[in-house]
Amino acid sequence: MFAYYLDLALRSLKRNKALTALMVLAIALGIGASMTTLTVLHVLSGDPLPGKSAQLYYPQIDPQDLKGMMPGKEPPEQLTLVDGLNLLHAARADRQALMAGGSAPIDPGKADMDPFYVETRYTTTGFFPMFDAPFLFGHAWTAADDEAKARDVVIARSLNDKLFGGADSVGRTLRMAGVDWRIVGVLDQWRPNPHFYDLTTGSYAYAEQVFLPLQTMVELRLDRNGSSDCWGNGGGGVGNILPNDDCVWLQFWVQLDTPAKAAAYRDFLVHYSQEQKALGRFQRAPNVRLRNVMQWLDYKMVVPDDVRLQAGLAFGFLLVCLVNTVGLMLAKFMRRAAELGVRRALGASRRALFAQLLIESGVVGLVGGLGGLLLAMLGLWLVRQRPSDYAALAQLDTSMLFTTFALAVCATLLAGLLPAWRACQIAPALQLKSN
Amino acid sequence: MKLHPILAALRKHKAGTVLIALQIALTLAIVCNAVFIIGQRVERVNRPTGLDESNLFLVSQQWVGAPSADNADGVEKLDAMQREDLAALRQLPGVAAVAPTNSLPLLNSSWTGSVSHKPGADLGGKGDIRTAYYFTDEQALSTLGLRLVAGRNFNAGDVQHQGFRDQRDRPVAIISKALADKLFPDGNAVGKVMYSDGSNAPTTIIGVVARLQIPSIGSWGSSFAWYSTLIPTRLDGGFARYAVRTKPGQLDAVMRAVAPALYKVTPMRVLDDDSVKPFSEIRAKAYRADIGMAVLMGVICLILLCVTAAGIVGLTSFWVGQRHRQIGVRRALGARKIDILHYFQIENLLIAGVGVVLGVVLAVGLNMWLMTHYEMTRIPLLYVVTGVLAMLAIGQGAVFVPARRASNVPPVEATRAA
Repeated sequence: MFAYYLDLALRSLKRNKALTALMVLAIALGIGASMTTLTVLHVLSGDPLPGKSAQLYYPQIDPQDLKGMMPGKEPPEQLTLVDGLNLLHAARADRQALMAGGSAPIDPGKADMDPFYVETRYTTTGFFPMFDAPFLFGHAWTAADDEAKARDVVIARSLNDKLFGGADSVGRTLRMAGVDWRIVGVLDQWRPNPHFYDLTTGSYAYAEQVFLPLQTMVELRLDRNGSSDCWGNGGGGVGNILPNDDCVWLQFWVQLDTPAKAAAYRDFLVHYSQEQKALGRFQRAPNVRLRNVMQWLDYKMVVPDDVRLQAGLAFGFLLVCLVNTVGLMLAKFMRRAAELGVRRALGASRRALFAQLLIESGVVGLVGGLGGLLLAMLGLWLVRQRPSDYAALAQLDTSMLFTTFALAVCATLLAGLLPAWRACQIAPALQLKSN
Repeated sequence: MKLHPILAALRKHKAGTVLIALQIALTLAIVCNAVFIIGQRVERVNRPTGLDESNLFLVSQQWVGAPSADNADGVEKLDAMQREDLAALRQLPGVAAVAPTNSLPLLNSSWTGSVSHKPGADLGGKGDIRTAYYFTDEQALSTLGLRLVAGRNFNAGDVQHQGFRDQRDRPVAIISKALADKLFPDGNAVGKVMYSDGSNAPTTIIGVVARLQIPSIGSWGSSFAWYSTLIPTRLDGGFARYAVRTKPGQLDAVMRAVAPALYKVTPMRVLDDDSVKPFSEIRAKAYRADIGMAVLMGVICLILLCVTAAGIVGLTSFWVGQRHRQIGVRRALGARKIDILHYFQIENLLIAGVGVVLGVVLAVGLNMWLMTHYEMTRIPLLYVVTGVLAMLAIGQGAVFVPARRASNVPPVEATRAA
C-alpha cells in the first residue's frame, strides 16, 4: 500500500510542477536558514568539556573595599594574586589551577625565521589533568616546579610543528622573552570551545601555544593580557608590570567531584572571606559565588546576541514558510476533491485517504529537507568565510544533520495534517454529484 | 461593488483565508523588526568618527628586548626610541604628519577614566563623567584631521612623556565638543579646568575639537561614546602605536616604506603584516559584524517577501481555477472584465487588511519582547506604516496575475460543465 501511495503522491506532485517546486523551495529555504543559524548557536553554546564541565567550578570572592558596595552585587570575576595563591595552597578541592593569559616573543634561533609572538598561559600544574589537556609528548611540570619557579614550559602541537618539525622536543630548549626554557611536554591538538577558562582573552580564542608556571611569570614579570579590575589606589599594570594587590586579574578553577564537596567548598570560601576580614585584609561581608562551567558561561553571556537574534529570525522565517506550505497544500488537496471523492465512493476509508495525503506531504518534506540540508551546508560555508573568531567552528555535526531531517519531515507532516484532514471530510456523494 | 458577496465567498474558504492572513501578519512582524535592526546597524556604521579617515594609517609595533618601563632610566630610553621612530617616519617622503597614540577610534583598545569639576573626586562617583584618553603629541590634530572649534592646538612645549604605568599630572588637554558641553553646559570650556581620574592637580582645557569618538564601539562604552580627551603625553612602554597621515594619493607608497624605515632605526622589533593598517581596514574590522548582520537580515527579508508573494499567487490561482464556472456565470449576467479583476483585488485587500492589522500587533509585540531581551529601542511608527503599505502593495502585486487570468474567463464558461 505504501508503494502505491508513494506512486500516487509522485504523480500528483508531477502534475503541478510549479506549485510543488514552490512548496519544496519554501521548505528548503526555511530549513536551510534555520539549520545554519541553529548550528552556529549550537556550536557556540556548546559544552567545552562534555562529561566533566559539571565538576569544574569557578570560585569568586569579594576582596574589594567598602566604596561602591551594594547588597546583592556580584563579587569580582577574577582573583588577586594573594587570594589566588592562598586558595591554591589551601588545596581544598580535588584539583585546582590558578592562571592568567599573556604573550611573549619567541626567538626561533634560526636564520630563516623572524622572532614572533605567541599567546601564553601562566598557570599551575593542576591545569592539565583538570581540563583533560592531552599530551602528545612528555608531561606537565610538577607542583614542586611551581613553587621552585622552574623555567619549564609545555608547548602546543602547532608550535612544536613550527619549531621542531613535529619531532619529540621534550628536553630541548625554547628561547622566549629573553630566557631559556626547558620543554617538558607537548600538548596534542586542543581547543576547548568556548575558551571558558579565561573569557577575558576572547570567548572563542584558540588555546594558547605556550604554558608555563604562573609563579615563574610573576618572578620574571612576563607580559600579561586580559583584563584587570582595581579599586582604591590599585593600578592595573600594563605590559611587563604586574597589577598590584588591589587588583583582580587571575582566574582560578577547581575540580569538585561531588555536590557535597561543592557545598563544602562554598563553605570554605565563606570561611576564608571571614578569616581575611578578621585579619583586616577584606572589608566586606563574605560574598562568594561558585559556578560550574556551564553556569559560568551562562552568567557571562558568551554567546553573542547577534547569533541568538539570527536564530530567532531564521525560525520566524521557517514558520512563515510552513504556513505558506500549509496554505498551498490545502489548495492542492482541495482541488483534488473529485478524485478523492471517487476513491471514497469506491470504498477507500477515510484513514486510507489520510495516509495517502500525508505521504504526499511527507515526500515534499523529505525533498525540501534534502534541499534545506544543501542550503545549510552552503550557509555554513558562508559563515566560515566570515572573519569572526568563531567562523572556523561552524561545522555541521551528525546530531545537527539528524535534527535537520527530523525537523524538515516533522514540519511538513505537521503542515500536511490540516489539509489532509480537511480533504478527508468531503462527503463522497456530494463531490460526485457536483461533477 | 458590494462587499457582501466577497465575504460570503470567503466564508467558504475559511482555512485558506486564515492562512494567508496569518502569513501576511507573520511576514509583516518579522520584516518590520528586521528592517528596523538593519536601519539601526546602518546608522551605527555610518556615524563619523570625527577623523579625516582618508590618507590615514596606523603602525602598531613592539620592540624585542626593550628596556623596562619600571624605572626612570628605562622610561627615558624607551622615549628616546619612540622619538627616533617618530623622526624616521616624519622624514619619509609623502608623509604629512605623524603622531604617537595609544589608540584610535574603532580600534577597540581603550584607556578610560573620568573627569570632574572637583579635585580628588571618587572614581565612579557622582558628578563624574567618563571619558576615553588619547595620549599623543602636538601633531595629533593635523594627523588625525580633527577640527578645532575653540581654543588652541598643543605646541611642542605642552608635550610630556611618561612610563605606561606612571601617574603624571596632566596640565593641559584638548577635549571633544560633546565632553565640553557635558562639563560646561553654559559653553566656553576653553581656559576652564577639570580634574581627571580623581587627581588633585587641575587640567586646563586649552582647546575643543568638533567631534572625536572613543576607541570602543562596544555597548559598555555607549554612554560616553563621544567624550574623548586628548593628553599631550607620549606613553613609553615596550609597545608603541603611530598614526600617520600621508599626502593625498600616497597612502600605499608610504605604507610600504614604513617597515624598511623602522627596521633601519632598529631591527629589534616585531612588525608583521598586521602592524601597518590603513584606517579603512580598522573601520571595516570594527563594523564587520554589524554589516554581516544587516546583509543577512536583508537577504532573509527579501526571501521572506518572495515566499509570501508566491504563496498569495498560488492560493489565488487555485481559487480562480475553482471558481471558473461562477466567474463565467457572472460574466454571462453582464459583469465586465474589470469587475472580475476588482473582485479578486478587493478580496485580497480584505484578507491582507486583516493580516496587516494582526501583523502590526505582532510587530509591536515582537519589538517589545526584543527590547526586554536585547539592546533594542522602540520601533518608530514610520517603519510600521511603511511595512503595512509595502505588505498591501505586495498583496496587490501578487494577486494581479491570477486576477487577470480570472477576468479573461469567457462568459461561455457558464454553459459548460465544470
